Amino acid sequence: MTTTENPSAAAPEVGRDRRRKEDRRLITGRTRWTDNQALTGLLHLSVVRSPFAHATIKGVDTSAAKQVPGVVAVYTAADIGADQVQLPCAWPITKDMKAPQRPALAGSRVNFAGEGVAVVVARSAAIAKDAAEQVEVDYEELEPVLDMEEALKDGATLVHPEIGTNANAQWVFDSGEAGSGGSVAEALQKAESDDDQIIVRRRFRQQRLVPVFIEPRSTVVDPTGEQLVMWSATQVPHILKTMLALVLGLPEHKLRVIAPDVGGGFGGKLQVTPEEVMTLLVAQKVGKPVKWTETRSESLLSAHHGRDQIQDLTMSVTKDGRITGLDVKLLADMGAYLGLVGPGVPILGAFMFNAIYKIPAYRFDCTNVFTTKTITDAYRGAGRPEATFGIERLMDEVALELGMEPMEFRRKNWIKHDEFPYTTVSTLTYDTGNYEAATDQALQMFDYDGLRREQQERRRRGDVKQLGIGISTFTEMCGLAPSRVLGSLDYGAGGWETASIRMLPTGKAEVVVGVSPHGQGHETAFSQIVADQLGIPFDDVEILHGDTQSSYRGLDTYGSRSLAVGGIAVVKAAEKVIEKAKPIAAHMLEASEGDLEFTGGKFTVKGTDKGVGIGDIALAVFAAHDYPEGIEPDIDAHATFDPENFSFPHGTHLCAVEVDTETGFVQLYKYVCVDDVGNVVNPLIVEGQVHGGLAQGIAQALFEEAAYDDQGTLLSGTLVDYTLPTAADLISFDTANTTTASTTNPLGVKGVGEAGTIASTPAVVNSVLDAIRHLGVKDIDMPTTPYRVWSAIQNASGHAGRGDEANVASPGAGLGSTASDISKGDTQGGHL
Amino acid sequence: MIPAQFDYVRPTTVDEALAALRDGGDDAKLLAGGQSLLPVLRLRMADPSLIIDLNGIPELKGVREEGDKVVVGSMTTHYDVTRDDTLRQHVALIQEATRTVADPQVRHKGTLGGALAHADPAGDLAAPALALDAEFVIAGPNGTRTVAAADFFEDYFTTAIGEGELLTEIRFPKYTGWGARYEKFNRVAQAWSIVAVAATVKVDGGTISEARIGLTNMAGTPVRARSVESALVGQSATEENVRKAAQAAAEGTSPTADADAGSDYREHLARVLTGRAVLAAAG
Repeated sequence: MTTTENPSAAAPEVGRDRRRKEDRRLITGRTRWTDNQALTGLLHLSVVRSPFAHATIKGVDTSAAKQVPGVVAVYTAADIGADQVQLPCAWPITKDMKAPQRPALAGSRVNFAGEGVAVVVARSAAIAKDAAEQVEVDYEELEPVLDMEEALKDGATLVHPEIGTNANAQWVFDSGEAGSGGSVAEALQKAESDDDQIIVRRRFRQQRLVPVFIEPRSTVVDPTGEQLVMWSATQVPHILKTMLALVLGLPEHKLRVIAPDVGGGFGGKLQVTPEEVMTLLVAQKVGKPVKWTETRSESLLSAHHGRDQIQDLTMSVTKDGRITGLDVKLLADMGAYLGLVGPGVPILGAFMFNAIYKIPAYRFDCTNVFTTKTITDAYRGAGRPEATFGIERLMDEVALELGMEPMEFRRKNWIKHDEFPYTTVSTLTYDTGNYEAATDQALQMFDYDGLRREQQERRRRGDVKQLGIGISTFTEMCGLAPSRVLGSLDYGAGGWETASIRMLPTGKAEVVVGVSPHGQGHETAFSQIVADQLGIPFDDVEILHGDTQSSYRGLDTYGSRSLAVGGIAVVKAAEKVIEKAKPIAAHMLEASEGDLEFTGGKFTVKGTDKGVGIGDIALAVFAAHDYPEGIEPDIDAHATFDPENFSFPHGTHLCAVEVDTETGFVQLYKYVCVDDVGNVVNPLIVEGQVHGGLAQGIAQALFEEAAYDDQGTLLSGTLVDYTLPTAADLISFDTANTTTASTTNPLGVKGVGEAGTIASTPAVVNSVLDAIRHLGVKDIDMPTTPYRVWSAIQNASGHAGRGDEANVASPGAGLGSTASDISKGDTQGGHL
Repeated sequence: MIPAQFDYVRPTTVDEALAALRDGGDDAKLLAGGQSLLPVLRLRMADPSLIIDLNGIPELKGVREEGDKVVVGSMTTHYDVTRDDTLRQHVALIQEATRTVADPQVRHKGTLGGALAHADPAGDLAAPALALDAEFVIAGPNGTRTVAAADFFEDYFTTAIGEGELLTEIRFPKYTGWGARYEKFNRVAQAWSIVAVAATVKVDGGTISEARIGLTNMAGTPVRARSVESALVGQSATEENVRKAAQAAAEGTSPTADADAGSDYREHLARVLTGRAVLAAAG
């Protein structure tokens, strides 16, 4: 019964660039999306959405829609109680936070264009869509609320008159009050009167973005069984289940939520949506399975957006380049309601504006504002990209004012590698890092000095294409999160994660995890971890997830937490399996437990060649014919891991762009990043995460914006107008890693899912400005489109354009041409 | 995709297609590559009662030489246009422009005739067709007629193709030995042109002897930059000469304004891109 093969002879799985085991199925179409669920008697739902941003609903006439053959029912909000629902916000950031009721369907008033007012249930999706066009809604238009600063003024139109203000909450951190640093007010006052200091003030904007996951949202609810079953394209099946129970008063044990294959999320599926609730309410009402699947336009319009901040930043600094104070004032657009964690997203930035720098005095003051737009909530990075952009743009601006090389200014202020662990002015303790090492490697890979020379040569020659170089030396907090810290921030849940290992009689392992992958490669990375921990082959591990029936406990996937928290739960569960197997191994080997050691999947008696494999023990407890007295015949184990700290990946990103000064076109020229994400489980997956992250961060800098017109209508309502970049718009990235292992978890890992997005945006914008600053350009709002870049150059050189930009986001082409044609004459400016 | 309901026919000859058009009346739509029509149906911007699919008509596909003309069947895909040796030799400009259309998937489905009949002012093939003095062969209930490119594009999404008619062929004169360049400017690779310039020039001993230039998205229809063309003739193809001539590129245009470009910016781009296109074509 002893194993002959010794898997420890093989190289460890962790660190191998395994191809993802899930990909063969995913890329050959053998996927199970929510929309693939085809249940007997399934009905289809279509949502009637408001075309107006703000309007009173005077009446809804469903009679014509009900006549359409194949229509089963047409419901208004009141018909299914959808207007009485309060969709959850799990992050009340202050005690006095104003939270308007967020219904599943609007009953008496719509507060953003795209809000649902009625639903059609029909025998096919096409019939439901046809009939939805027959629903007549009588709207009385109200003033839209679009500008955050206007919205906060006295006498402003209120999105929700019943809460008396457009301010959701104000959240303040002051290092003077917290005792983690000095008072910024004092620091700035001192700087004012100090000839050896300067003060730099800047205003930056974070445009509104759309997460644009590739699989549109979809929900299927089957109410016919003992448990009500919901399939949903969600990142958070566990949170969804608990929230549905709480929000709708349903017994939690009568609910089962399944996230089958989920095609991307980027935070956009970290939500409890009105559509999930309305699908459930309709399914209960009709007593049959019901499906809702959105179109892409519906997704752009009604799935939550991200970012959208105005940042007013003030930094005081000595003339020799030491930061003495940082003051951050933010306005953050919540949209019409509060999403699941929406109000907390900008607050995560409070801990990251100080970034990798030693800042003696710091204040963060954020006011969240309601407008009549689609809600904002988590989007890849959630709060940290905003903060990183703000500080890294500001570092360049201050360096410029000081006449100092921007990297030199950073180097003067960052935390040195021998100063870790380091407690920051915003009270976090960074466990490890080495900013010097990552930066030195990046500079070398980039040929920083060579590119600076090339830049000078092009300037001297007056080339049409000018070169710009941008820096971002970033860190971020991820691996959400220590439960106690979340508690102190009034977050509505913990931050632990759970894993269970089921040892099968044939020696294979089923690992049930509470995190919920939607493209990350958990099946592969966790299999590698388990293979090493239990000493069994990679292919003998199956990772199960996303169904609350098998994975009943978990807090799902977001905030780069799956490996740094969920992966550690897997390790802990494996340790318990070994612990439980040990007395049985001792029994089988007729040895004492103290004489056993476990290596390479095998218990051996020290100093002998006697051993027994973990698979043999699994079979022995399955048979259970012979096991020690007083213990259970079972080596399965379950573990929950609550991290003691966040993880703090960091890195240095360097971007070079060519700006065509005649056309304003920005072409990426070189991109180098050296990221320190701690120990790496799978280099291939890490590189994939970095590449995807870079694409999304670069997209914010150059390409994407969700724009509204002056009536509150979303202009970028199709992917013709919301210009997502593809590989054709990007360049080959030069990526590398330095490694300082995290000391707060046994694998020494840090998160990587968001790092590329967080780091890249300011590097790109810094490079664009660096290319044309000598022409007099001071700043350009994101995205830095050719038109904006060209206009900035024109304005700087005194040749202002006519400013006849129409307030439409159409590319003036194809489907877009129709829109721009219709909108001709509406030549109000305001986008630059 | 959930379009409104429609009937569907797939004729195998032009005569059958014309008969279907006649029977279908106002409400029938022709389906070529579907790269514009399908999104329109999906967004429910149109709800035709009948779709006539032209993909089953062999006589509408392919490229052939006919005397001093190169004739392209209207249902020839973009991909086939980019791969055709006859076009490479005699009508390089249309190939250059076709290579920039959208992405490979679109180019495998979309057709030359479909794109030209759609007449999107930001589409990439109308300006080269205009610059090349292409002729459009249109079949209808009373036989076929031929329309010059200058008369074919009437307005936004509007061509000389009348009710009950369909575009069967595009006939290009031969520009053997001419240099060609399609200079396209857009936000992302798959987006429509903000402005683009189609230029083909004949250079003899360093001197431009003939030039043809068409502008994309500078008006509701493609525009011919005739003053630039005449200014170029007889000039040596230097950067200075070409850029000077290109200053007239925006004359007679009426570009739209949107978030991607004001009309002044479009005019500026037309001048810059015309200079670049001509220089590249002459190079």
